[in-house]
Amino acid sequence: MGESVKYAVKEPLVHITRRTDIRSWKAWLIRVASVVLALIVNALFIYSVTGLDPVKVYTVMIQGTFQSTYNFLTSMRDVALLLCIAIALAPAFKMRFWNIGAEGQVLMGGLATALVMIYLGNAMPPWLLMVTMFAASIAAGALWAVIPAIFKAKWKTNETLFTLMMNYIAINIVDCLTNIWRGSKSSMGQINANTQAGWFPRLLGYRFTINIIIVLVLTVVMYIYLKYTKDGYEIAVIGESENTARYAGINVKRAIVRTLLISGAICGLAGCITVAGKNQTISVNTAGGYGFTAIIVAWLAKFNTFYMMLIAFILIVLEKGAIQIASAYTLLNDYAADIITGVILFFILGSEFFINYRVVFRARRDREEEQA
Amino acid sequence: MSILTAWINRAIWFGTVIMFASTGEIITEKSGNLNLGVPGVMFLGGFAGFAGAYYYENATANPSAAMIILIALLCGFAAGALGGLIYSVLTTTLRANQNVTGLALTIFGIGFANFFGVRVLGGGTSVKAAFARSVFATPIPGLSALGHVGNIFFSYGFMVYLAIIVALVVHWFMYSTRPGLNLRAVGENPATADAAGINVTRYKYAATCVGCGITGLGGVYYVLDYGYGTWSTANSIEALGWLAVALVIFATWKPRNIIWGAYLFGLLYWLYNYLPTLMGFSLPIYATQMFQTVPYVVTILVLIFISTKKKRENQGPAALGLSYFREER
Repeated sequence: MGESVKYAVKEPLVHITRRTDIRSWKAWLIRVASVVLALIVNALFIYSVTGLDPVKVYTVMIQGTFQSTYNFLTSMRDVALLLCIAIALAPAFKMRFWNIGAEGQVLMGGLATALVMIYLGNAMPPWLLMVTMFAASIAAGALWAVIPAIFKAKWKTNETLFTLMMNYIAINIVDCLTNIWRGSKSSMGQINANTQAGWFPRLLGYRFTINIIIVLVLTVVMYIYLKYTKDGYEIAVIGESENTARYAGINVKRAIVRTLLISGAICGLAGCITVAGKNQTISVNTAGGYGFTAIIVAWLAKFNTFYMMLIAFILIVLEKGAIQIASAYTLLNDYAADIITGVILFFILGSEFFINYRVVFRARRDREEEQA
Repeated sequence: MSILTAWINRAIWFGTVIMFASTGEIITEKSGNLNLGVPGVMFLGGFAGFAGAYYYENATANPSAAMIILIALLCGFAAGALGGLIYSVLTTTLRANQNVTGLALTIFGIGFANFFGVRVLGGGTSVKAAFARSVFATPIPGLSALGHVGNIFFSYGFMVYLAIIVALVVHWFMYSTRPGLNLRAVGENPATADAAGINVTRYKYAATCVGCGITGLGGVYYVLDYGYGTWSTANSIEALGWLAVALVIFATWKPRNIIWGAYLFGLLYWLYNYLPTLMGFSLPIYATQMFQTVPYVVTILVLIFISTKKKRENQGPAALGLSYFREER
């Protein structure tokens, strides 16, 4: 290549190429670095706005989870719930079906559980009641997810927007029914407070022990389902390229409907364990935004259920820490955690770029060419 | 008649909030960016607009109407645009997933606005920017006194009319100018647009930032007029943000349709409060939520309708939600 050509063609400053060969330790190094960077940015923010020592603030935040056994266990309870919803979303997202409707599906599952507890609580033996609660919540969640799925499969109706709208219908249905149940009281109170019918029994001292066990089992089952089954393989192929999947003879429509039935069913189950194993009541806040947060959990973990556990844990530590710092410092309030969480999410999202792409600068490229 | 006018008034106030938000979101979506951060951006804009106005009117002895309008709108627009900038850097430059980034922006925006909001409140439950409210709610002098006609058409603050103008200008820009055509090309097929010499990255950035700025103005209107100029801990910006996303679909991505769509959503949303009185029956309190579901159900029906009809001009941008990598064609 002659000198004149080099001047004639103005090369861009940076050149970006895809890379798939990054070592996993390197990828994790980038992720950890992004979180550290986010924490530094947050620290600067905390210091510049409040003048508080950021290290102290972070220490107090961590105490939200680790201060006492009780704090830790309730944190685990919430990790289990968030993880459960993320597990539900993983197969849908892996096939690039944007199920933004987890919030609604969880609520419908919780509502089904509450309905069974209220109207059948004293009508059947405890074991049958439990079975009915599980079945009802799974059916309700699956129904809420499969409606958009059918339309997506048949007419390619935009599922992101469809599932998003379904959330608000679910929220309003729950709002309406809880208003009927509470009557003139200010809140519903616990369902079956006298008989405790439909409440999960205490295991090792806590009702939510059962939640944690269920979610642990789901974590393993979903990992195997996605990695080692034919269904899981189909999901992966469809996610990579729908045309390839069709060419390979995969029935894409059936796979969409099937996957969303599973996704919605697990969301419904998450609603069930929230109502029966945690709150013993239902409100519009039963899902508590976890339906949205779980999307981020599933996505950042690349649908690996064990990574999801880690990310769910980090997010819950932040959430618990928020309550802790809000009560410890008058200068901070619990919205500070939303900012901290948001910044961390931005950095992790941004870091994926440096894992998936190689950035080559003009000067370095010239050097490499000269050497070659 | 007075109930009917009250209902229409309410619908127009309500509609103006989501008209700004949806118009902004249309610009963003036309560039292929499906921004689910609308509620966060509205919070950012609303708080910045409020804070600007609040500090200005408390810092000056004789605040002027023109200044407070300028400050509130500038702050709101700038804060919204900054939210859009974060989104653009992550999705366009760093190629992060749009849905996830949008949701993270919602978390961040709500947190950011409320974090500083609580500090402004200083322990109370609400703070009022009284002068800003009076400026933003001043109806058109003279015309607003014309009985019912004046009440229905001319009794609103200037931002109600500004929203209509913005929607019309955006429509004109989108369908009658060369940059508008380019923008639509970027959203439909970025690879083709790129090949035709359109700077895809620049269009995506510009559309998202300007769009989010306009969405932010929806937040400003929410706080300073719709919300009576008060900032409080409990406000429904988030629900309205999602409704704005719905309205974009309802309007089939055409800014012109936003205008009547927003008012229709307003009428539907407030149906529970006025229709029963108008028809002479009373509604049990628990049924109100069911009526508020109507706009969402209607949106789903529209979504289904446009997907089954397959009419080209009613579809969303073809590349909506997809990141564009030139290297991966």
